[in-house]
Amino acid sequence: MLTLTMAACGQQGTSTATTAPSAAPAASAAPTAAPVTRGQGGDLKILYWQPPTILNQHQATGTKDADAARLVLEPLASWNPEGKPVANGLASEIPTVANGGVSADFTTVTWKLRTGVKWSDGTAFSADDVVFTYQYMKDPKSAVTTSDYVDGIKSVVAKDANTVVVTYDKPNPFFYQFGVSGSGAILQKAQFGAFVGEKAKDAPGNLRPIGTGPYVVKDFKPGDTVLYEINPNYRDANKPFFKTVTFKGGGDAATAARAVFQTGDVDYAWNLQVEANILSPMSKASTVGELFTVYGASIERLLFNFANPDPALGDKRAEPDTKHPFLTDLAVRRALAMATDRGTMAKELYGDGLSGKSTCNLITAPPDLVSKNTDSLDVCKYDIAAANAELDKAGWVKGADGIRAKGGVKLHVLYRTTVNALRQKEQDIVKAGWKQIGVDVELASVPAGTFFTNTSPDGANHFFADVEMYTNSGDPDPTALLASGWGTENIAQKSNTWQKGNYARYSNADFDKIIADLKKETDTAKRAALVIAANDHLVKNVVIVNLINRTFATSGRAKTLKGVNPTPWDSEMWNIADWSK
Amino acid sequence: MAAPATQLSGPAALSAFSRPARSLWGDAWHQFRRHRLAMAGLVSLIFLVVATLLGPYVWTVSTSEIDFTQSLLGPGFAHPFGTDDLGRDLLARAMSGGRVSIAVGVSAVLLAITLGTTIGSLAGYFGKLDNPLMRLTDVFLSLPVLPLLLVIIYLFKDTLRQLFGAEAGVFIMIVSVIGILNWMPVARLVRASFLSLKQKEFVEAARAIGDPDMRIIIKHILPNVLSPVLVAATIGVGNAILTESTLSFLGLGFPPDVPTWGRLLFDAQNYLDFAPHWALFPGLCIFVTVLSINFIGDGLRDALDPRKSS
Amino acid sequence: MGRYILRRLLVAIPTLIVISFIIYAVLALSPIDPLSAFGADPRVPPEVRENIRRSLGLDQPWPIRYVKWFTALIQGDLGYSFMSHSPVIGLIVQRLPNTLAVVGVAYVIGVLIALPVGMISAVKRYSLVDQVATTFAFIGFSTPTFFTGLLLIIIFSVNLHWLPFIYNSNLKIEDLGSFLQQVKQSIMPITVLGLFDAAVLTRYVRSEMLEHLPLDYVRTARSKGLRERAVILSHVLRNSLIPVVTLIALGVPAVFAGAIVTEQIFRVPGIGEMLVRAIFDGDIPVVAAVVFLFSVLVVSFNLVADVLYAVLDPRIKYT
Repeated sequence: MLTLTMAACGQQGTSTATTAPSAAPAASAAPTAAPVTRGQGGDLKILYWQPPTILNQHQATGTKDADAARLVLEPLASWNPEGKPVANGLASEIPTVANGGVSADFTTVTWKLRTGVKWSDGTAFSADDVVFTYQYMKDPKSAVTTSDYVDGIKSVVAKDANTVVVTYDKPNPFFYQFGVSGSGAILQKAQFGAFVGEKAKDAPGNLRPIGTGPYVVKDFKPGDTVLYEINPNYRDANKPFFKTVTFKGGGDAATAARAVFQTGDVDYAWNLQVEANILSPMSKASTVGELFTVYGASIERLLFNFANPDPALGDKRAEPDTKHPFLTDLAVRRALAMATDRGTMAKELYGDGLSGKSTCNLITAPPDLVSKNTDSLDVCKYDIAAANAELDKAGWVKGADGIRAKGGVKLHVLYRTTVNALRQKEQDIVKAGWKQIGVDVELASVPAGTFFTNTSPDGANHFFADVEMYTNSGDPDPTALLASGWGTENIAQKSNTWQKGNYARYSNADFDKIIADLKKETDTAKRAALVIAANDHLVKNVVIVNLINRTFATSGRAKTLKGVNPTPWDSEMWNIADWSK
Repeated sequence: MAAPATQLSGPAALSAFSRPARSLWGDAWHQFRRHRLAMAGLVSLIFLVVATLLGPYVWTVSTSEIDFTQSLLGPGFAHPFGTDDLGRDLLARAMSGGRVSIAVGVSAVLLAITLGTTIGSLAGYFGKLDNPLMRLTDVFLSLPVLPLLLVIIYLFKDTLRQLFGAEAGVFIMIVSVIGILNWMPVARLVRASFLSLKQKEFVEAARAIGDPDMRIIIKHILPNVLSPVLVAATIGVGNAILTESTLSFLGLGFPPDVPTWGRLLFDAQNYLDFAPHWALFPGLCIFVTVLSINFIGDGLRDALDPRKSS
Repeated sequence: MGRYILRRLLVAIPTLIVISFIIYAVLALSPIDPLSAFGADPRVPPEVRENIRRSLGLDQPWPIRYVKWFTALIQGDLGYSFMSHSPVIGLIVQRLPNTLAVVGVAYVIGVLIALPVGMISAVKRYSLVDQVATTFAFIGFSTPTFFTGLLLIIIFSVNLHWLPFIYNSNLKIEDLGSFLQQVKQSIMPITVLGLFDAAVLTRYVRSEMLEHLPLDYVRTARSKGLRERAVILSHVLRNSLIPVVTLIALGVPAVFAGAIVTEQIFRVPGIGEMLVRAIFDGDIPVVAAVVFLFSVLVVSFNLVADVLYAVLDPRIKYT
């Protein structure tokens, strides 16, 4: 009666990532497979173990929604796997400073739209739809999940039917913020016009959007299946190849892997993040399917609590004005970092690059933001002897029970994460290492839903534990990640109902200064230096222990399926029009 | 020492031939011993309990030591039950996990059965209590289990932890949660039998000779409703052992590194094709436990059956 | 009897009101939260979360939300899902056929297996049939359904390639071919659930029959010269049915609520799968509606069971 299974809930949050602006746009659209004929293929079967419940990126609560909507609703442009913008959406070209599309001071961006594009209902697409989408996203009552992407925009104006001008409040080095990638999906004004603000949730278009993408929704059963057929008005007469698409949701990642690798029941199975020793033999032995992965900025890491989570404190528990009894001691944090065997974790659980690789950095993409200073640090090396020495030196002495203590404070750690087979094994590995340096570890795991809410005492943001572990699908422009994660003004606490992002209650003037500078800086090279400085600060001071750079996409596809070219900065479905068999 | 023994030999020898006066329970035990399957069940259950309690002192391999060079080994001399994917010894894990699983299974079921039988008997026997108690049962049957569990964790986890410590607090919580959420079918079953039995002649007779209600319920009717209760109990034990692992996925159970049988099974599921031993042994342990309890129950019922006494 | 039923129906109303209140209170107090899906994503800042919370009406205190929900409920409106923003009733109607086709059919099959097997097990106690049935039943309770499900998938889908394990809810049964397809895709989930239900019920039927077989009235019936078959069927079985009726009455609402694990493994989009997902997604309107409908069925079927007791055993009288 009480039985249930927990879906492995690895990645949280939407996939609508963006990237730092890149100076030169890619010369052409995404690489395409051999020329194809529209509708020549039969049914394409896609399996997501989380089912889509809504088909509108702006109302999406997860990757599964944004991905299912991506077949229908398109943005102006997208990012290719190398992080360069490509004009494969509604814009006819990528605006740059060189071609005059972007003003020299980075405040205005002028988008030229394709001409002759029709919505799937046959009406003409125009700049008004883009302006409307901006207004829809901007209205706080619409409560869109993508509203961060219209933050700081002064106006979006239709200069003519095929030209849109985006003006930012102040110089914005991230000038492709609006309109690019899934978060910039353009809605049809005619369909959504009456549903701005409070009524946004009731729009019938949320379940049956009219789009410009290669497919239209034929039937949608929320939480189960979406059936698509070709959009007769799609702008490329030769595409898409598949006549229909069946987008099925539900189940769990491990059996989804079976469906693509062992039985061949599906052509594409999304997010197969299970232990490497399950995934690897299955994919290697497969005659019908193969695994493909893409790295992005998803970092699995340990977070230390700088406040005191002792329940005896009552209302003061884990409030920022309390002090953690031992994690505020740099020596303890350093020792814990050195006793963490991320190499074994990467090798045994992630198959050494199959679905993740070890990292000591928080920022791992794009390449120019990645610090090269951390590899040589002692806190980035697994060294039990050095960790023991560090604790000995700091006066933490092993008691009769083998647990270290100092001044009556025992090194007893409550280490919490989400319920997920892979994570529980990571916990086991970390615990085994820490045990060797005389740290007693109590493991705890809670369902992802409970972990990621601000209303649960078991939540990550309450942080009523000493150490916690989860993945942040990082933003390639990491300012928001760094500021919200460790800035003093963003400390999660009772007074802000734990809604802010600094769960560690970390407060440091040097770090705050770096962030303040980063927010002002517009020069690309200087920005990169600041991001690296922030990354190094967090690693050197062991504010976090980064473990694994997890693959952003870890999906399976039929060997016969061609043209799949996932990018870490957009939905995996971004170029479905190019897929063929 | 020898002398007194010879002195006593007379009366002792005598008693072996004459049938001694036995209590109800003594009589039942006599009956029970003659039930071969029940004895086999009892022996294997005792074996499992002893093995889980004392086994770790004999088989001193660590339950938590990780060794990737030894991962996913089949049963062998060094690891009789094989190893899991982190190279941990599964025999050691099954033994240490068995303590929790058996304790949780048996205690939770005892709680559920006690609650269910009490409520069911009262409702079935006393017409006035029937409606309120059965509506209470309806309420409990209707409760949304998962959200309720989350509320319970939210409200009581820290309190129990502080009162009883981490392990005992969790144990009490798990047992009460499983017990409190599973008494309703037993109550409905017991009540239904009571409704039917209380109209029977033997109850009328007991009432006619002035037996008090409680005596009628306990002495006359209850022994006759034992069989569905025992079935519910055997099914309940297996269910409770598996439920325990489910609860830990809600953050309600033991820490994730406590290897209970249910958790071992759950962890093993995706390795079913290439490491079936991982699932086989914990599965077998649960099977043997449940089967033993069933046969003990069978024997107990036969032994306590007033009509079957020799 | 008529008056009893009428009285029970009247009592059912306040009972259901109390249940609805408790359900809502439990949901409101539990930490389930529709915003947890955003995780720790810095791209969904606190202001946006607050906006979403407000747009879902979650900024109001829960007693007020309860009153609103209940008022709509008695007018037949089950509300809108937080996740798909579509009417909850539509989602239930969409999924009920799948649940009935799999969980319902499995339950019926389970009952149909349990009655004869339980009877034979009891009449021929410790015979080969009994031993085999007992062993199977106990494997049934000691193996979780996720396990049996996976085992079947590995055997019949992965190794033999006989059966699909991804349930297609868009299959329309129009001809023999599509009917066979439906059989093929539901045979594994039905087996998993049907065997489990059968295992449980068999034990009850068996033990209850064993209880009645040695009783005086059976001896009397036999001595009247009735054939053994008639004795078993018309006397023993009838008198053994009270617990079975109780269990079936408890089982039918559970069919509606679906079989969470099995539905998930075989990707059957049923009510159980929807319920568990709604719980973890914090989709309160869906959870509240499903649980409330479930409680209506619990109350109704327990009444049906009580009526059936009196039919099976005319001596049972309700006051």
